[in-house]
Amino acid sequence: MKIAVIQFPGTNCEHDVVEAVNGAGGKAELVWHRATDLSGFDGVVLPGGFAHGDYLRTGAIARFSPVMAEVSGMAGAGLPVLGICNGFQILCEAGLLPGAFIANRDLAFICRFVEVEVTSTDSILTGAALVGQRLRIPLNSYQGNWVDPTHSGKVVLRYVGDPNGSQDGAAAVANERGNVVGVMPHPERAADELLGSDHGRILLEGLLQAPAAV
Amino acid sequence: MSQTAEDVHRRLGMTDSEYESIVTILGRDPRPAELAMYSVMWSEHCSYKSSRRHLSRFPTEAPWVVVGPGENAGVVDIGDGWLAALRIESHNHPSFVEPYQGAATGVGGILRDVFTMGARPIALWDQIRFGPLEDPKNRYLLNGVVSGIAGYGNAVGVPTVGGEIEFDDAYTGNPLVNVMCLGILRREQLVLGTAGPPGSIALLLGKATGRDGIGGASVLASSSFEDESTHKRPSVQVGDPFEEKKLIEACLELYDLDLVVGVQDLGAAGLSCATSEPAGRAGVGMEVDLDTVHVREPGMTAAELLMSESQERMMAFVDPDKIEEVIAVAEKWEIESAVVGVVREGPDLVVRHHDRVVAQVPAASLTDDAPLYDRPASPPPDLEAVWGSPAGIPEEVTVRDALEVLLDDPGIGSAAWVYEQYDHMLFLNTVVGPGNDGSLLRLKGTRKGLAVSTDGNGRLCRLDPRRGSARLVYEAALNVAVTGARPLAVVDNLNFGNPEKSEIMWQFVETVAGISEACETLGIPVVGGNVSFYNESDGVDIHPTPVVGLLGLADPMPVHPPRFDRAEPGMDLWLLGPDSTGNLSGSAAERALAGSLTGRPTAGDPEMAKRVIESATRLAHLAPVLHDISDGGLATAVSEICIRSGVGAAVDVTDIDHLLCEDPHRFLAVMPSGQEPEVDLPKSRIGSMGGDDIRFGEDVMALAAAAALYTGALSGRMTG
Repeated sequence: MKIAVIQFPGTNCEHDVVEAVNGAGGKAELVWHRATDLSGFDGVVLPGGFAHGDYLRTGAIARFSPVMAEVSGMAGAGLPVLGICNGFQILCEAGLLPGAFIANRDLAFICRFVEVEVTSTDSILTGAALVGQRLRIPLNSYQGNWVDPTHSGKVVLRYVGDPNGSQDGAAAVANERGNVVGVMPHPERAADELLGSDHGRILLEGLLQAPAAV
Repeated sequence: MSQTAEDVHRRLGMTDSEYESIVTILGRDPRPAELAMYSVMWSEHCSYKSSRRHLSRFPTEAPWVVVGPGENAGVVDIGDGWLAALRIESHNHPSFVEPYQGAATGVGGILRDVFTMGARPIALWDQIRFGPLEDPKNRYLLNGVVSGIAGYGNAVGVPTVGGEIEFDDAYTGNPLVNVMCLGILRREQLVLGTAGPPGSIALLLGKATGRDGIGGASVLASSSFEDESTHKRPSVQVGDPFEEKKLIEACLELYDLDLVVGVQDLGAAGLSCATSEPAGRAGVGMEVDLDTVHVREPGMTAAELLMSESQERMMAFVDPDKIEEVIAVAEKWEIESAVVGVVREGPDLVVRHHDRVVAQVPAASLTDDAPLYDRPASPPPDLEAVWGSPAGIPEEVTVRDALEVLLDDPGIGSAAWVYEQYDHMLFLNTVVGPGNDGSLLRLKGTRKGLAVSTDGNGRLCRLDPRRGSARLVYEAALNVAVTGARPLAVVDNLNFGNPEKSEIMWQFVETVAGISEACETLGIPVVGGNVSFYNESDGVDIHPTPVVGLLGLADPMPVHPPRFDRAEPGMDLWLLGPDSTGNLSGSAAERALAGSLTGRPTAGDPEMAKRVIESATRLAHLAPVLHDISDGGLATAVSEICIRSGVGAAVDVTDIDHLLCEDPHRFLAVMPSGQEPEVDLPKSRIGSMGGDDIRFGEDVMALAAAAALYTGALSGRMTG
């Protein structure tokens, strides 16, 4: 599966995502945010970082980047669209996922391993996992506290414990069709036991095994 | 000399004799812009005028050194076609005046020093020191500094994988904020800070120039704090990590495409430095037109433009045939650029503003002709008396009493409150992260690992700067050895008080000697460093606080590198290295339990240092846990392993002085039951892991109680 990994100015996890996706058997390629054609790709990942410096509000400027029209088109066509951390924030700002992000409950950046539990396998992120399975994956965010007054998002990963105040303990949220997913912890950082955990591979494999269109 | 000019040079921090030197060089009185340039370039911060004479003592050569001191960063060969660039800097005074921006721009500055060399910065380490947290001002400073490092480092996308934190009254009026950066590059990507041949174009890249940080080097970094220090706030720069991130990526792309002949970052002394240093190194002159500089605000004078320390700027020197391509790369990354000058033959740096020549000076004179001081150095008069009064703790103190105090010391307890605010995992290299002795990063595509430890200890160095600083080198070397790495190179950040006092100068000279001797023992070069003087506030100087940053190379990297959390019930606990003397001088226990700072710390033993480091490097491939014995001694080291692994221990050492002593060259190994560490060192099995208590003979502390103290020591004081 050929995955476009979008690079906005200020993105910083793009190389890690490429490495982990390729390590899981995919074919990932960096794509600059000004690209206007993603037709050669089977799926897209918006990686973590600080797109456009996160100025104004996380993801608020990135949603206007030229590539986002294509990302929307892919989402509408049922192709896999995954946002990790800042990418999740961008998907919310772009209206492709419900909800928005505010600062962590304790008003501090959190970088550490957390445990998440799979609550639904009906998504391109969790398709290779089992309901109830617990995964150890690093969190790395300041604005990681998801709120969704509409209660329309489908929580597919839930924090064990409550690191940041996220509504319903949501660590990953999917749209109704399950082809657009945002995940706050970083699966690409948990793809090698040497670095503390390889549980993220189950999620990356889910992405790579996702059907061509949901 | 006119009265006005005299007034101006003094306000710029120059002495009368320095002013006279300028007049001699130029053969006339300097113009205002010229005076501005000399004032920043000849500041203590930029010229090392009080320290340069002594820094030549450092050993700087080894076959693997590619670039030694004097460039923006040191560079060493790590094999497989890779080089490593490293550098350490301080941002002490700015961080006291404005902790968030002071610390943030310290991160930005050290990154530029490293990517200027052609390297991608891959990791940062912060060494921060404050007064006790009982004082709300110190909590404010710590919180601001940590937020600033996190705010900048996380957003710019370079992980902060370790560092140090220490609290002592000595830093109440003058906190220390040091930062080290490591970068890696392919050998062919090395770039130097040279202006290149005549005809090369000087292209200013990055953020627009404003009035921030004017005179930061001369006014803020090179003088002491008096009570009006808040008036110096405009001298602190404001950082923008997003601009820096784009600048890093743009520069790395320029290097990939081989589009530049040289690069110099704009940090202290701004444009003055970024024009004169590369020109001086290349033995050329330069014409600069200040009207072409992109600015943030109108009406800036020539002096302001030349002195501004606005952040996130780089100067690239480019062959005229390639300038279009370079500008295209800048445009892709959405950074501004401006052609501001041309390299010329001959020695002069000629600066124009509003079509007038505002400065014409020999470029090299700004660096090479800087004053050089041989300041008097003499030991403090009470030295013999202090050395003659050994440290001791009250007789009635038990090991458990001591641990209750030491584990609750925010400089010894868990630093998770700090490092969990830093992204320490980006780039997927962090094999051994913060909260262990040394950090270990994998070098992708090879079997190798890069290890770094940064170590300082103000108490030891206050009592004996020579022994203390040598021990820092040995400690840092042992800290990388316990990850499986051999020491390769050192950078040092020398934080001292006012060098115009002979005692401070003595501390400095002794420190340089101590670091040099230890590096010579281990056969490693000093490849760079920084000197920060005038760390005094209202006449009180800080402890002499050299910070040693040591890079090691693990080849191959251990398959399961030792970590504090890998001990299991039933494993044996071994103590390796020389017997301790029980000397508590300068120890954490002395400060906490006796409230004194006296005696003479134990000297390092060069032969033992080498043997211990060699052995630890080999043992790192076998032992689940290795831990050096430093702050808080053996008792604390055992407790840390227990707490982090969640398992108790029973230890048969009971002499409290030996349990709290911080003598060098000693480390703990946790080994599978019955397996003796096969190393040629004095060794003894001192106990085993297991149970829910930490036991030293009959002196017992519950593991849960120890863990609660250790976990809350820092976080409880900051959030409680």
